[in-house]
Amino acid sequence: MYLIESGNVAAANGVKLARAQVIAAYPITPQTPLTEKLSEFVDAGEMDAQYIPVESEHSAMSVCIAASSTGARAFTATSANGLLYMNEQLHWAAGARLPIVMCVVNRGLGAPWTVWNDHQDAIAQRDTGWIQMYACDHQQIIDSVVKAFRLAETVNVPVMVCYDGYILSHTYMPFEIPATETVDAFLPPYSPVYALDPAEPANLNTVTLPNTRPNVRGEMAPGYMEIRHDLHTGIRRAIDVLQDIDRDFYTAFGRNGHSHIEPYRCEDAAFVAICMGSLSYQLRDVIDLLREDGLSVGVAGLRLYRPFPDQSVVDILAGRDVVMVFEKGLSYGNEGALYADIKSALYNCTDRPRLHNYILGLGGREIRTRDLIDAVRTSCTRPETVGGVPHWIGLSPELA
Amino acid sequence: MNMENHGLRDDIVAIRWHGRGGQGAITAARLVAEAAFASGYGGAVMTPTFGTERRGAPVMTSLKIARQKIYDLSPISRPDMVVVLDHLLIEEADVTAGLKEGGLIVINSPRLPDAYHFDGMTVATADVTAIAAEAGLPMGIVNTGIIGAFAKASGLISLDTVMTPIQREFHGKRPTENAESARIAYERTQINMTA
Amino acid sequence: MNSAHHKCRISHSEPGPGDGGRTGSWRVVRPVIDLEKCIPSKKNKLACFTCWLYCPDGVISRTVPPAIDYEYCKGCEICAEECPAGAITMVSEAEFLADESQPDESQKEK
Repeated sequence: MYLIESGNVAAANGVKLARAQVIAAYPITPQTPLTEKLSEFVDAGEMDAQYIPVESEHSAMSVCIAASSTGARAFTATSANGLLYMNEQLHWAAGARLPIVMCVVNRGLGAPWTVWNDHQDAIAQRDTGWIQMYACDHQQIIDSVVKAFRLAETVNVPVMVCYDGYILSHTYMPFEIPATETVDAFLPPYSPVYALDPAEPANLNTVTLPNTRPNVRGEMAPGYMEIRHDLHTGIRRAIDVLQDIDRDFYTAFGRNGHSHIEPYRCEDAAFVAICMGSLSYQLRDVIDLLREDGLSVGVAGLRLYRPFPDQSVVDILAGRDVVMVFEKGLSYGNEGALYADIKSALYNCTDRPRLHNYILGLGGREIRTRDLIDAVRTSCTRPETVGGVPHWIGLSPELA
Repeated sequence: MNMENHGLRDDIVAIRWHGRGGQGAITAARLVAEAAFASGYGGAVMTPTFGTERRGAPVMTSLKIARQKIYDLSPISRPDMVVVLDHLLIEEADVTAGLKEGGLIVINSPRLPDAYHFDGMTVATADVTAIAAEAGLPMGIVNTGIIGAFAKASGLISLDTVMTPIQREFHGKRPTENAESARIAYERTQINMTA
Repeated sequence: MNSAHHKCRISHSEPGPGDGGRTGSWRVVRPVIDLEKCIPSKKNKLACFTCWLYCPDGVISRTVPPAIDYEYCKGCEICAEECPAGAITMVSEAEFLADESQPDESQKEK
């Protein structure tokens, strides 16, 4: 069944199909319509779930942590400063190995205050231990939400599904709502390895000493560092697990075989642009125009950011002449976060490309196709003029 | 490289809608998108322009239609068509900014097309405000009537195709009157092709 | 040690008319003050000014009589609601529009 609706409604339908059992959320632009839609579903009896309105995003994640700890499939959504507000609980949920799924509708951070799109919110949380997936259109939003629950519950790591605020959340395009039976077969009910149970009292995630020590049964219990090491290996497992899940998804639903990177016209390209989110789709028109002019160029949309699929990144970027990394955020005081990750992944390659870093679209600054064409053309035809420092696209010439 | 289209694919029909917050311009554009999709246009994306909004403030939305999937979600700067839900907006916003030579402008206006001077453009008008009242709608509900005017003037979608989304959208909210407003506006739209 | 005073830009905004555009065009109804009922006008002194106090956009002046800046008044109706003397009525904006409000008769013939 096809719907022409907003990205937020696509996400809400994904959560509904995934049969989330506890939804705890606090409103924030531009996520609000997503959780409002979920509350409508619950109120209408279309979802068998508890909708818990909370007074802050910190509490939203706390409630999800509690619910997930009892074995319930938990969901929340937020953006920007809301994501920041729950920051300590993000680290908590990951360290507690809880398969919570959250939609992050990407928005810039204050100060100065903004409600418009960029990726700084999720990028700034890349070290929390959450898996990060990026969707490029509404179909990917609804599909990624369903996949996210299965991924989270397989590797026991929480997952954030990111999509661009306004550009995807509030725009309308056709997407298919997959059949409920097919989703149920693809995503069985949550069956936790361990769930809080009053019949067997225990204290979860209490003070854990630096060194290992025996528990009350005499078994050696892991120390803090083992738990954290497990989290890292758990996240890294997601690189392969997501590929398996994607293969199953393709079998069941007939689409979307790109778990790590979605390439466009990259096969023979000497020059490749890489970025995350809807921008990778906007760049396709740029690629087509430049190809008409004889430029050998392609674009790769990175779908999985954490864990960083370094081998897939190397496979697609090694051997190119120039790689242009476009991002809507950066690690202030240094360079783009994605750029740094890519540079690091390519460090050991003998045939590494020239790497350029472009910062654009911050706080919703319009990304004009003309400007993208100019940037890509310059990078490809006069790469020596670009260099390695972040270049900013779209700053006002009078005021910058 | 031909940048006449500001980088937008040539097969895309770019329709920019100008209205006031609360008038339902976004709903109107979305219903047209649904009708287009049902007519076989595989690509239909609608991008409202966002910002602080309230009832009465000028708002704009970009609707792009094509046979193939559309990837560009940026606001329309070179429209093929412009739809204006309130003729008074013409004084407030540059509604024809970037409108291509030979483009179409559809206006909810009590005036006939030749009262307007948009050189080189096709102008279509219908007094949707009056028509809506005639169809039995409350004062100011113009977003369904304007769809009828747009369908007639553009020829992009048939009136029949657009009735289904209208009936579905306004189920329980005067669907008959809304459909009637679209139908009357369709019939009464006056179009002036300039030389 | 002499440290130079580093100036930097932040996002800084000050109140002033017109920052939101000509918001008066958003109106569908406008407030009209009946000076015979308006307390400061009747008493010819600085009194009441509830309308000035409550106006969220600051378009009513604290003068005798109070004056409404219709360039920016959005027609929110709060002044009419709050006036203790009932001196403010909301009037349809259509009554104040110029010749454009005349519909074309040929459109209605069918």
